Amino acid sequence: MPIRFNRQFQVIAWLLLSGGLAAWWAHIFFQAEDKTALLPGRTSSGHYQIELQCSACHDTKPDGMLVSAVSNSACLKCHDQDLEEADDSHPPIKFKKPENRPFLAKIDAQRCVTCHTEHKPDATGPMGVTVPADYCTYCHQSTVEERETHKGLGFETCATSGCHNFHDNRALYERHLALHSLEPPHLPDAHVPTLDSLRRYIDSHAETKPLAPEDADAPAGVELPAGHLGNWSADAHALAGVNCSDCHQPAGTGWQDKVAMQTCAGCHADEEAGFLRGKHGMRLAAGLPAMNPSMARQPMRAEAAHRTLDCTSCHGAHDFDTRHAAHSACLQCHDDPHTRAYGNSTHFAAWQLEVEGKAPAGSGVSCATCHLPRVEDGQGGHRVEHNQNANLTPNEKMLRPVCQQCHGLPFAIDALFDRSLIQGNFTGLPAVHNESTDWSRQRAIDRKDPEFLELLRKSSASPDNKENTDP
Amino acid sequence: MKKTTYLALSGIVATAGLLVPSCSKPEATATSTPGGFSPEQVADTVYTVLAADRKVYAKQIVNRLVNEEKVIKAHENYMDEKTLPLPAQVFRMGAEEVDTVDNKTVDFSYSLQSLWPLNKENAKKQTDKVKEGLKFLVDNPTEKKWTGEEEIAGQKYFIGVYPDKAVAPACFLCHNNHPDKEDSFPEFKLEDVMGGVVIRIPVQ
Repeated sequence: MPIRFNRQFQVIAWLLLSGGLAAWWAHIFFQAEDKTALLPGRTSSGHYQIELQCSACHDTKPDGMLVSAVSNSACLKCHDQDLEEADDSHPPIKFKKPENRPFLAKIDAQRCVTCHTEHKPDATGPMGVTVPADYCTYCHQSTVEERETHKGLGFETCATSGCHNFHDNRALYERHLALHSLEPPHLPDAHVPTLDSLRRYIDSHAETKPLAPEDADAPAGVELPAGHLGNWSADAHALAGVNCSDCHQPAGTGWQDKVAMQTCAGCHADEEAGFLRGKHGMRLAAGLPAMNPSMARQPMRAEAAHRTLDCTSCHGAHDFDTRHAAHSACLQCHDDPHTRAYGNSTHFAAWQLEVEGKAPAGSGVSCATCHLPRVEDGQGGHRVEHNQNANLTPNEKMLRPVCQQCHGLPFAIDALFDRSLIQGNFTGLPAVHNESTDWSRQRAIDRKDPEFLELLRKSSASPDNKENTDP
Repeated sequence: MKKTTYLALSGIVATAGLLVPSCSKPEATATSTPGGFSPEQVADTVYTVLAADRKVYAKQIVNRLVNEEKVIKAHENYMDEKTLPLPAQVFRMGAEEVDTVDNKTVDFSYSLQSLWPLNKENAKKQTDKVKEGLKFLVDNPTEKKWTGEEEIAGQKYFIGVYPDKAVAPACFLCHNNHPDKEDSFPEFKLEDVMGGVVIRIPVQ
């Protein structure tokens, strides 16, 4: 027999349910720290850190109301420099010519969100791509017909096989592949650039005098923990004449025990800018509290869950030993298989030798060597790129600034193409082979490319032309 | 280098804008507006500026620094090689910079095209009208231009094609010896029409 409720009961139940729902929404909206319930769907690994700052991506109307649309300018607020540095192969402007309009009818490549739509976890692939992996077919159909090497290849493999990227092809374009196709796995002069910013600073500031512990100008009453003065006086800051007050009393303010990131940025602007563009600092850039490992989707050490990320998280407070920042600082938080395998890798062995002074500077490979690489600073030297995401995905972005400093291109591509080798932190040799360098080399020969033929002639004539299979 | 290009192209856009003050509608019409200029006149004006800038880059930048003073090279992969970009690349950069300018007094776009493109991607996008114009100029090398109209994706365009000649040995030697040159391509010589500057102006 069906249960029957009278009208009064139904009204009361409706009021209670509606009121409860409204109260819950009000609590989430106005009170609760965790607002994930408001998200229309899980965000990608590239944006989850700022997913609760809706205005970071979504456009706003003149009255301040958010709308669902996401314009290119919102994406470019964070990604413009990366795309500029990548010499983007497909910038929106390339599609503006009238002759490209028929292609745009197939896929609107002028808008970032055509391929990167957020809150669609079921449709999101690597690099946050939300269109089917064979998207190259819309415009490059004839390539597979014209090139013998490409016949029979599926379009879903163009950008998923270590051969092509939509945006960044600096290491994958044909000439680069061909000219580096003869390289051995391990280059004879394998090392990353050394950093000499301190020397250059001192050289260009004649008035600089290194400071000793007795020069410290911390005001009376400030308690200095044991070791602080010693660490500081042996550090680059004291060598560059940076006294306590320069960091702790910036611009005539009162003493601050905790140095603000903006103070560091006064001298290290490039480093701060890179940090804010990467996953470590992007929350701060979006106006959110700093990232901490408890928010991360990657495996992190439980005891580090609430370490907030800013300059001193990795660089310490007074002992600014960059070797710590380059290696052990990372291990304080990261706890994934790749990180755990590092200690058994040949890269780590080389790093240990360098740290112990048994190998030349730049010959070791720390976490930072690959993930915070040394890049040209535009002033004749190098700086550390503090955007850890700049060369992370797709991983071919790592080839030129990192891998190719020490390894031949064919070996490096194979290594980055071998997912299990990456997981094991490159312990062993690549078990797969990507044929892109073979194809480019053969095509250069077939086309009688004078530049490549000259390289081939020199390589054949060189006494160093011995097959080096030692990675 | 890019800054120089931006400045040069800003000059082109500004000059084109100044020369066609009465074409105030976003889209030019196929015929002259009262007191205004026809799309063909606008295209002629744009081409004049483009040709002048190309000449200056070739003479004062590439020829002077590469051939006379020998202080730097010009290379297709200018970023990797830290050299000057080739004249055709600077031309393309300028065309892309013009495309970034919204709400131009008279909308226009331009590109350098050839019946024998070294970049096959360009061949795929070449319209029948462009091919017709290029062929006309190759067959009639003394002609100054070819004009016509075409429709792309529902939009009508005035189209002007102006000859791009091999004005220096560097131009045709680079093309003749390029590894992407196909066997069927001709061996260019001085003053040959290698391609054309294609200028499009949307018309109602």
